[in-house]
Amino acid sequence: MSGSIQDTFFEECEELLEAMDEGLTAIEGGDHDSEIVNAVFRAVHSIKGGAGAFGLDELVAFAHKFETVFDEVRSNKLQLNTKLIQLLLRCSDHLADLVSVARDGGSTDEEHHDVLIAGLEEYLDEEEEDLTFEPMGLGGPSVPLPLAMETEKTYQIRFQPLKEMFGTGNEPFFLFQALSDLGALRVELDETELPGFDAMSMDESYLAWNMTLVSTEPKSSVEAVFEFVEGLCELSITSDKDAEEDAAALAALNAAFGMSGDSAEVDLPSPFDAPALAEVAPMAMTEAVERVETVKSESGKSEQRGPNPTLRVDLERVDRLINAVGELIINHSMLAQQIANLDVADLRDVETELEGFKNLARDIQEGVMSIRAQPVKPLFQRMARIVREASAATQKTAKLVTEGENTEVDKTVIERLSDPLTHILRNAVDHGIEKPEDREAAGKSRVGEIRLSASHRSGSVCIEIRDDGAGVNRPRVKQIAIEKGLIPENAELTDGEIDNLLFLPGFSTAKEVSNLSGRGVGMDVVKNAVTALGGRINITSHPGKGSTFTIILPLTLAVMDGMVVSVADQTMVVPITSIIETMRGSDDMINSLGADGMLLSIRGNFVPICDVAGALGLRKPNGDQPPGVYLLVETETGQRSALAVDDIHDQRQVVIKSLDGVCGNIPGVAAATILGDGKIAMILDPESILAAGPSSTSFDSERRMSNAS
Amino acid sequence: MKTKVLAIDDSRTIRNLLAATLEEAGFEYHCAVDGREGVDMYSDVAPDVVITDINMPNLDGFGVIEELRGAGINSKVPILVLTTESAPEMKARARDAGATGWITKPFDDQSLIFALKRVTGAVA
Repeated sequence: MSGSIQDTFFEECEELLEAMDEGLTAIEGGDHDSEIVNAVFRAVHSIKGGAGAFGLDELVAFAHKFETVFDEVRSNKLQLNTKLIQLLLRCSDHLADLVSVARDGGSTDEEHHDVLIAGLEEYLDEEEEDLTFEPMGLGGPSVPLPLAMETEKTYQIRFQPLKEMFGTGNEPFFLFQALSDLGALRVELDETELPGFDAMSMDESYLAWNMTLVSTEPKSSVEAVFEFVEGLCELSITSDKDAEEDAAALAALNAAFGMSGDSAEVDLPSPFDAPALAEVAPMAMTEAVERVETVKSESGKSEQRGPNPTLRVDLERVDRLINAVGELIINHSMLAQQIANLDVADLRDVETELEGFKNLARDIQEGVMSIRAQPVKPLFQRMARIVREASAATQKTAKLVTEGENTEVDKTVIERLSDPLTHILRNAVDHGIEKPEDREAAGKSRVGEIRLSASHRSGSVCIEIRDDGAGVNRPRVKQIAIEKGLIPENAELTDGEIDNLLFLPGFSTAKEVSNLSGRGVGMDVVKNAVTALGGRINITSHPGKGSTFTIILPLTLAVMDGMVVSVADQTMVVPITSIIETMRGSDDMINSLGADGMLLSIRGNFVPICDVAGALGLRKPNGDQPPGVYLLVETETGQRSALAVDDIHDQRQVVIKSLDGVCGNIPGVAAATILGDGKIAMILDPESILAAGPSSTSFDSERRMSNAS
Repeated sequence: MKTKVLAIDDSRTIRNLLAATLEEAGFEYHCAVDGREGVDMYSDVAPDVVITDINMPNLDGFGVIEELRGAGINSKVPILVLTTESAPEMKARARDAGATGWITKPFDDQSLIFALKRVTGAVA
């Protein structure tokens, strides 16, 4: 039982950490609204509360310090300034780490931990009571009661409520009931103070009770029954063997708790002593006023953004549904095909219904996809931390500005984007943003800006990382590429091509391996991660003004719109998103170039032709059967090429079936799908076909042509 | 008849813990995610006892107590507050507002049941 509750605790922690980050980011941005401060406080407080229930002491202890400092801010005893905000931000990062450690095991940097604790303590009064947190988790060990208390004692209890008690909902009868659980109880009503009927006042208390309890329980258990009415009643509890027993019991308890007390004082100072109350009252008043104001502002806000009711569903169920919808779509196309094959004269009615079926299937599919879709906000918020850490590590100042945080993307895509984004952002700080002095000298603000944005763009998601740093140092990039043998020494490359060299495996521009971005992985890893998601990544750069990475991703990983084509008698699918234009070729559009290079002339421009069948090894390159249809595609570098296929059949939605684990990575093939006739068709990856095909060297030739023209 | 508990807490973890303990102990459990919802639900649920957190969005625990006590009209229903620290001033404030008692987080099953018992007489 506690396992699943603990799971929800960690889930909730994620949400709370997000809320905390969001609040702190707003605070960092200068918004010190009391509601924001309160929200952060509550988040930390809730993490602490939950952690306490599971005995996560380290987390509780740190959250407590953190929360206490925040409480001071909340009550205006502490002013927010840059130094404090920076500390709070680092603490929030550390708290997130502690949560991960509590969940996944491992350890945090102790030195770092101590530094932060010390930092927080600077803001706290020295006499701040050092609260001890007793781990009282579910099923936690209970303190064994010393055997010495097994002897029976007779308690004399006199209980006389004050009139104040009745305003608190406490009911004497229930207290007696609780007492009777401890042993044999006899209750006598003392009504001697009851006045005559005429003199009676509604809200006065006149009754008292005298009780005799015979119990083996220690006096503390009897007192515990009256805990809630302490200070609201006249209470006396005496026992026949009081003095000696209590001393013995206390000694035993002290031993049990490992305390070294030789004091026999049992009566703890009451929290409701008159002086304490007197102190509290004025404070309570001012706080009450503040509270009313807060409530007002809160209720105002809640109207604006009242959250929709939500339902938490196991992800596996959603995925099962998505699979079923995928099958439904396949099923539809099979049905459509079979009906078309029937020898029936008039199919109109059936086709209308079938069209309805298709639309409904699409609606269901979109609906299910939207369940998996999540805003990129949490991902973006985590990135703020990456930039913070990277700036600190490189002694640069950079801030992250995010846009389009509410753009929704498939959950898996969000999860797998985390690493590539982290890498790009670290790189942006490490290599892109200049040192503050250099920035000043270049007439820029000392603080570098990295803009992370997300948007929907015609059926795909576009994520952009734009920095205002120095831009790609092209001569240096080219030199390194030559040194590493990645390009021939005499290669003539366009600016765009040079920029994209960064994505080549084994490329790293850092002069020395910095501990930040030079971790043995280069931008090629980023590119692979994006490609694995069916996406593309591209960089554009302007010297002195900065670089922009653009990541284009499909909205979903399960279904896509594809163009069904035939290549050397096989049916294949090309993703619609990569096709710019299709055309039927005629002889006068095709120009030979060299031995086997071919160019297609389109409205006065030449683009290299890549024969798909040849590239895939299905037919000798540019064999006897000249292909008749061309798909104009654009590569990441902005180069256009024409893919030559035999014919175009159809444009339809296909369900993507991964080939990973079935036959590994096949160059040119992204995945497979099942068509309406039940046959399997390969989904092509134009990018890698162009890289593998015989015309892969053709961008040289193309430039030669364009230079010539 | 089961004793009806209305728990008000913005932390899902705490709500889950309360639900598990209370349902196992034979209470009828209802919950609200913030003070405002708790007060709104109160008349529908008509609980025998209310357990409320202090720090919550949209009306905190003190606000809940004040609204439920409503100028002394509804002085009978026991209200227990959940506090993280057993800070005396927290308890004092809660009691000033009209709270019946308190439960210190983290709570264990017995202390929770014991507290409920003292204010409702529920046999669990």
